[in-house]
Amino acid sequence: MDSSVLWTETLPGGATWSHVLKRGTALRMTDLEGGANVAAYFLNFEIQAERFNLPDTLKAQHTARLTKGHVLYSDMGRILCSITEDTVGWHDPLCGLSNNAQVEKKYGKTSYQQHRNEWHQNARDVFLVELAKYGLGSRDLHATVNFFSKVTVNEAGDLHYCANNSKPGCYVELRAEMNVLVLLNTCQHPLAPGREYSPRPVDISIARVSPPRSNDPCRMLCNENTRGFLLTELFFL
Amino acid sequence: MATSILQSSQLLPEDALHSFVVEAGDPFLFEIGKGHTIRIIDLEGNQAVDTLFYNARDYADRYSAQDTIREQGNIYLTTGTRLISSSGNVLLTITADTCGRHDTLGGACATESNMVRYDFSKGHMHACRQSFLKGIGEWGRGLEKRDIASNINFFMNVPVTPEGGLTFEDGVSDAGKYVELRAEMDVLMVISNCPQLNNPCNGYNPTPVQILIWDTNVR
Repeated sequence: MDSSVLWTETLPGGATWSHVLKRGTALRMTDLEGGANVAAYFLNFEIQAERFNLPDTLKAQHTARLTKGHVLYSDMGRILCSITEDTVGWHDPLCGLSNNAQVEKKYGKTSYQQHRNEWHQNARDVFLVELAKYGLGSRDLHATVNFFSKVTVNEAGDLHYCANNSKPGCYVELRAEMNVLVLLNTCQHPLAPGREYSPRPVDISIARVSPPRSNDPCRMLCNENTRGFLLTELFFL
Repeated sequence: MATSILQSSQLLPEDALHSFVVEAGDPFLFEIGKGHTIRIIDLEGNQAVDTLFYNARDYADRYSAQDTIREQGNIYLTTGTRLISSSGNVLLTITADTCGRHDTLGGACATESNMVRYDFSKGHMHACRQSFLKGIGEWGRGLEKRDIASNINFFMNVPVTPEGGLTFEDGVSDAGKYVELRAEMDVLMVISNCPQLNNPCNGYNPTPVQILIWDTNVR
């Protein structure tokens, strides 16, 4: 996608970002140092009551992890974004956001007065602030995805956080299938082990891309996705 | 932490304050006082009971599937599971469970997702989200679509594999099995007794469930 890159930016660790990603463009996130985590949430920018629906995403594609070929469904049977490239292989849709109590307990209490912009951020609070900029609030914040992080589930249902899932230079690309309000933050995964507050930076870039063809791998992943793409295209008729 | 050890209850149905039967395809809303115990009984077996909980004093503080599974380190709900809200509060605790495993990843069926999952023609069949929207609309008090977050599916079996696969399996429930919860604060319970006919979550035959509620003084 290099030739059509429209925008590049580096998000430091603990940063928050939002953008209305337009249909016909794609967002690439690149893990600069390895071990990044990007919490993400998605809404239909034109009808904001329509937003990312985690259960519909998982059950339509019979998956409890996300990678290339998968798409992110809204609650209206439509596709917000497709995962068109992925060199990581596993992104966590299960574990949600870190919160203030957890981050304080794990990494210690900080204040802006004392720590300036090195203060400890948590994923839920930064998303609530970002949502408020669009007139949205906690009632609008539903389940989220943690890109670059891997959490497996054993036969008994126990969660296991897998360290070193993402290597330096690994990237994942999301193609917008509608105009999508994308919210990201680079706070640490809530199950990241250790007591060192060390959220990692990522590069993001936006590029113009071709619309999904009839043989698009995300469209062809399963019959559910074929129908999901048709319903999304109906939205624009 | 969430092990599938079956735990029965000492509470007697004749001591219950309230008893309701919710037919398949119907919503059911009820406010449960702090300390009260609620039992949901799968009367005929293999019936998914899609359920949401809210802090009764602040509906923005609601059941969160992701927070609940992360905090207990396990994706299945059973005896001992604390249902965690989006603000990190404990809404209820599961105190008894004769089924052994309940789902909170599968969400609720909707007419739109039925079109994606099965066929465009299935968009005209009844679905849980229709019941949720009807139920909260009639309840009023400001509840809207945006308040319908990821729910619990009592009695539903949605195993996840170590490779990250997810399937809808035949229920592990049976006629008369139940789950019991103690309210740790005043909570609003919103149920859709699932009408789904397109997958095995109800054994292709949606059936009624019973709700029993005891006050704090019984035990």
